[in-house]
Amino acid sequence: MIGPVWRIPAALALLSAAGLLVALVEDGAWDGLGAAALLLPLLAAWLAGRRR
Amino acid sequence: MSLRGWSRLHTWSSLVCTLFLLLLCITGLPLIFHHEIGHLTGSEVEAPAMPPGTPPADLDRVVAAARAQRPGEVVQYLIWEDDPAILRLSMAPGPTAPPDALRTVLVDARTATVLEEPRDREGFLYWMLRLHTDLFAGIPGKLFLGAMGLLFVVATVSGAVLYGPFARHGRFGTVRSGRSARLRWLDLHNILGVVTLSWVLVVGATGVVNTLAEQVLAAWRADQLAEMVAPWRGQPPVTAPGSVEAAVAAARAVAPGREPFFVAWPQTMFSSGHHYAVFLRGDTPLTHRLLTPALVDAETARLTEMRSLPWYVTALLVSQPLHFGDYGGMTLKIAWAVLDIATIVILLSGLWLWWRRRRGAA
Repeated sequence: MIGPVWRIPAALALLSAAGLLVALVEDGAWDGLGAAALLLPLLAAWLAGRRR
Repeated sequence: MSLRGWSRLHTWSSLVCTLFLLLLCITGLPLIFHHEIGHLTGSEVEAPAMPPGTPPADLDRVVAAARAQRPGEVVQYLIWEDDPAILRLSMAPGPTAPPDALRTVLVDARTATVLEEPRDREGFLYWMLRLHTDLFAGIPGKLFLGAMGLLFVVATVSGAVLYGPFARHGRFGTVRSGRSARLRWLDLHNILGVVTLSWVLVVGATGVVNTLAEQVLAAWRADQLAEMVAPWRGQPPVTAPGSVEAAVAAARAVAPGREPFFVAWPQTMFSSGHHYAVFLRGDTPLTHRLLTPALVDAETARLTEMRSLPWYVTALLVSQPLHFGDYGGMTLKIAWAVLDIATIVILLSGLWLWWRRRRGAA
């Protein structure tokens, strides 16, 4: 079982991995979706960096 | 293993590989945009516009044009570029000349006229590529970088193990900015590390696989290729191969839905002394990266055997797009670049944190 500490990073990692696989389909819409999924973890990091 | 053990493993596996990983991340950044940089600097060759549906030229005419451009040399490989209007021919003084001796001639696929002999062994991108792939040291350099990549994977996994206990101290994503610079950077290092975890692992692991390309291909030659050409073992090689157009047609005839990716001439490292090896690829996005070699008798243009590549070569072929991020459009390239920059921040912050802690302990 994934403990509470790991739930958010695990979800982000899953999204990121799904983004890689989805983007490999290499089609306009899928590519955009894949790139968005890959950028979500970075958005999370950016928000974390802003949090004081 | 105790937390102290994981901490030591993370520190030392990171420290050993950090400088090389920084080099890989920095040189990898321009390589993500190599097409765009090529366009800007004018080094990217473009074929003249022609009416859509213009039929391709006979491949034997294409080969003749390249041989006329570099008299006295032979073709080792004919490669279909991403732009279907351009064919890349790798030429060398002899059929068994090593890869270092290869020179490229680009030919218009529709008119069989030579477009250019690109200087692909000089310039900024060539330097970046060599630093990124083998540090200008050939196979030993590649294997060394592969070992550094492996250490990087160890550092990433051990860092993830350490993240759990660390994260219990606060809400996810908390950056303690009001206390000390060290704590702020420790939090940013951890957050960036954990959110980019899967990307870093995929790119790191596929990079390691890519460094083993020569060994993987050597295994395929010794295993499947040797089996496929066993009946011709001991016979003298074909010195004047016949029509490459006929050889490609023979391969395509038995593989509907597949298109040629490259042809290896007899005696080269991807073929036997008697065959053209026509490597076909699928015509859908997913099968586009998976190759099927078809061996065609270079004298009679008769197909002798075609079989799928073994799992270890398939693993290498799938690793390449996942490492380069070149399977999508510009959006994906930007995502790759941002993740690459995030990794540079993780590496530099890790180095700085180690230095600060060491200085504090002294």
